[in-house]
Order: sequence, then C-alpha cells, then structure tokens
Amino acid sequence: MTTSTTVLETNDTLATRWRRATEEPAWLRLTLIGVALTFLALFLVLPLTVVLYGAFEQGLDVWYAAIRDPDAMAAIRLTLLIVAIVVPLNTLFGIAAAWAIAKFEFRGKPILISLIDMPFAISPVVVGLIFVILFGSQGWLGPWLSSHDLRIIFAVPGIVIVIAFGTLPFIARELIPLMQQQGKEEEEASLTLGASGWKTFWYVTLPNIKWGLIYGIILCNARAMGEFGAVAVVSGRIRGETNTMPLHIEVLYNEYMFTAAFAVSSLLTGLALVTIAIKSVVEWHDERRQRLAAN
Amino acid sequence: MSITLPRRRVIPGFGLTMGFTLLYLGLVFLIPVGAFLLYTTTMSWETFWNAVTQRQVVASYKLSFGGSLIAATINLVFGALVAWVLVRYRFPGKRLVDALVDLPFALPTAVAGIALVTLYASSGWVGQYLDLFGIRVAYTQLGVIVALTYIGLPFVVRTVQPVLEDLEAEWEEASASLGADRFTTVRRVILPALLPALLTGYALAFARALGEYGSVVFISGNLPFRTEITPLLIVAKAEQYDYHGAAAIGTVMLLAAFIMLLVINGLQWWTSRRHG
Repeated sequence: MTTSTTVLETNDTLATRWRRATEEPAWLRLTLIGVALTFLALFLVLPLTVVLYGAFEQGLDVWYAAIRDPDAMAAIRLTLLIVAIVVPLNTLFGIAAAWAIAKFEFRGKPILISLIDMPFAISPVVVGLIFVILFGSQGWLGPWLSSHDLRIIFAVPGIVIVIAFGTLPFIARELIPLMQQQGKEEEEASLTLGASGWKTFWYVTLPNIKWGLIYGIILCNARAMGEFGAVAVVSGRIRGETNTMPLHIEVLYNEYMFTAAFAVSSLLTGLALVTIAIKSVVEWHDERRQRLAAN
Repeated sequence: MSITLPRRRVIPGFGLTMGFTLLYLGLVFLIPVGAFLLYTTTMSWETFWNAVTQRQVVASYKLSFGGSLIAATINLVFGALVAWVLVRYRFPGKRLVDALVDLPFALPTAVAGIALVTLYASSGWVGQYLDLFGIRVAYTQLGVIVALTYIGLPFVVRTVQPVLEDLEAEWEEASASLGADRFTTVRRVILPALLPALLTGYALAFARALGEYGSVVFISGNLPFRTEITPLLIVAKAEQYDYHGAAAIGTVMLLAAFIMLLVINGLQWWTSRRHG
C-alpha cells in the first residue's frame, strides 16, 4: 500500500518535471497569451467594434433610414446583381478546374494551378486598369465599342468582369486540394457500377465536397461584394447607377456622413462574420471526419 | 511497341471541364493581362522610363515597398506568436479568436479603411491616447503601415499554424533530454522547422500589402511625396486619362506581383519537401 503510493508520487513528480522541460513556465505562457490577445484585440476586435458602434450609435431608426436611402438601396441592388452573375460563373469555373486537376493527370498541371492562383496576387487597382485600357474610351477597343453604342467601362459589364477576375481563384483554391485528397476511387466505383458521369458527380462527388464548396461560394460572395480597388477604377462612381456598396461607403465617408457610411458597412461586416463562422463550421466538419477516419 | 497500354480513363468529363477551365481563364484573365502587357510594349522605352521614374512615383515605390516590408515583418513576429499561442496553449474563447484571425480576409477593404481611420484619428478611440505621446497615425506613413499590417495579418498565422500542429513532440523531447533549455530548443529545433512556413507567410503578407488600395487610402491622407502609395497613383493617372503613365506603373506592379508569386511558389515547394 505504502509502496504503491510512493511509486505514484514519484511518477507524478517525474511527469511534472518532464512537462516543464518541453513547456514554458506559467508566467511566460500567460505573457505570450496576453501579448497575442492584445495584438488581436487592437487589430481585429477594435475595428469590428468601431464599425458596429458607428452604425448603431444613433439608434436602429437612423441605421434603417441610412439603409433605405435611395442611393444606398441602388448600391445594394447593383451589388446583389453583380454577385448573382459572378458567383455562379466562378462556381462553375471552380468545379470544372478542380475536376480536371484532381481527377486527371496531364502535363503542365502545376502551371495551371499557378495560373489559377495568379489573380489573387495582382493588385486590384491593376486589375481595374487592365480593363480600362482594353475597353475605356481612350483604350484599345474604345472607339469600336462607342461606334456600336456599347459601354463596358463606367457601366455594369466592366464592374462584373473586374470582380470576376478578382474573385476567380477562391472557389477553385478551396476545391482543388479537397478533391485531390479524396482521390477518385469512389467515382470509379460508381461509374463501374453503371452510373452516368453526371449522376456520379451529383451523388458521389458533390456530397463529398459539399462543405468546402459552400465555404468557397460564401468567401467568393463576400469578396465579390466587398471588392473595392478594381471597381473604383472602372465604375466611374455614378451615383445610383455604378456605385457598388463599398464605393457608396467611400462616397458617404468623404461627405462626412459617417453614420450612414458605417450603417452600409455594417451589412458587409455582418456578411464577413457569417463567412468566417461558416469557415469554422467547415473546419469542424473536417476535423470530425478525419477523427472518424482515424478510428 | 509499348507494353503498358494507356489505361482507359474511367472518369469522364476531362474535355468538358478542361475546356471550360481554359476558356474562362483565357477570357477573364489571360487575354486581358496579355493585351495589357502588349499595350505597354507599344510605348516607347523613353515614355515608359519617364513614367516609372517620375519623382512622385519613385517616392510612392519607397512607401509601398518599405511600408509593405515593415508591415510583413510585424506580421511575421506577431503572426508566429499568435500561431504559437493558438496551437500550444489553452485559454477561454480560443476557437472564437482562431476564427477571428480570418476577418481581414473577409472584411471589405473599404470597411477596414474607414474603421481604421476612425480608430486612429486624433479624436478616435486609439488615436486620442497616442496623441498624448505625440504619436500620430492617421494621415501619416505610420497609418499606411497600420493598414498594411491589418490586411496581412491572417497570412503568417495560417501558414505557420498547420506546420506547428504537425510538429512531432519527440524532437522537442529529445532536445530537452539532451540538456537543452527551453530557449535553446525553440531557437535550434522549433524555429528551423517552422522557417519555410514563416517565410511563405511573410512573402504572402508582403505581396498582399504591395497591391493593397482600399484599406490604405482612407487612413493615409494621400499627401504627394509623403503618404501616396503606388496603387493610388495608378488610380489617379487612370482618372486623368493618362493611360500611358498608369499602364507603365501598373506594369511595374504586375512584374513585382509575378516575382513575388515565383518566390512564394518556391517557398511552398520547399515547405512541402520538408514536411511532405
């Protein structure tokens, strides 16, 4: 009885001493956590708080009135119209690219993956400029477009195309690693059993990539609604016509209508919060699946 | 005569998906970028050189490259710390903090811009206290660095985090049992293992900061020669229909982005070779 207690105690002290050797002392741990959290509070929590505080400081009525303002509503409608065009296109692209890259072997695959990543590295301002130089009134196709009475720059088509460019990688980047990791055995089994290609995609692939696809779409949507630099170059900022939500926020801010600027911002902030919440859910699903697979 | 016959592809849709991928990539991205570069080559070398070496433009490079370098360095240090704290320690609200790290990636840059300038203006929540010490952030170069740090924040954390999670505890135990103190273990064992991921995150944060526009223009005040970033000059020149000037500077920024992408790809290859 006594002996076993001693043994246990010795093990305990040993365990404590061993833990000390690969862990930091408590004071250092607390300091590191404190410094990290202070940094994040300063850079993440405060900006978030200042937006929401600015939006609701003067009450819900003022917030609602700012949203219902005709110019704000026009900006919201335009932004929704644009994502309704861009997000489905980029979703199709993401699925097609991921299918080609993950299910087949071909030469130049790393180059294709790098090309898909590339729009992400290009400054949004340069993206806007590229299309102004192509389609602007002084640009390459400008004279031809104006003689046919077509407008791309300072009009909706220009905004659509720069946003499609800027958000092109997001869904593909989410799906490619996911589909590569899942391999192609399940699809091959389904096809060998006689299912058609579409049926296989619909009933085998899609359920497997569902969560990654949802996050990709939500992220693409948030980035598309929030795109600023590229749109600033091509939109011409025509009130009620070519102002998207971020441009409208800029106009309001520059006219010292801070409450209204923060009110419109609060909508996009809510969207950003939903986006990162969905990312957490997706990661939680992944972890659970990996744990199940490990067992 | 080949002995191994090419295995017939069971999975259909290669032509369709590859065709659509290349068509979309070509129409939206490759042809416009190619045409843009072609446009730049129609300029005479002199026009190009004069446009990219104007004094105001050179001052903007210094701020854009220098500011991005400083911001990425701040993110390297604090990003590594945040990743370490999130992987190694337990504290209440950890999951929430972990999720919040992605906020700069999801929040529109214009919203971040007006939030930061409101915080750091001399009447703002943070600015009023900094004012007491004579530190001005809004409408100074310091403000540019704050905005660039904000938008680069997720990158180092998110590249280091998975590598740190996969790091085998045995290495540290071996180091400790061989008599190394904790500081030596961190410096000689953990840090070298994290190095490729740290550099990748650093390069990503730098590349992102270099092209950033929305979050900077509100807080910087856009004073010529002092707080004008290069993307701002591109916008200004495009608005004045100075397409040659804008395209020349845009080409410089595009080349810088391509170089950064090559560096990042190289670093990622190094990381995967280390940990693959």
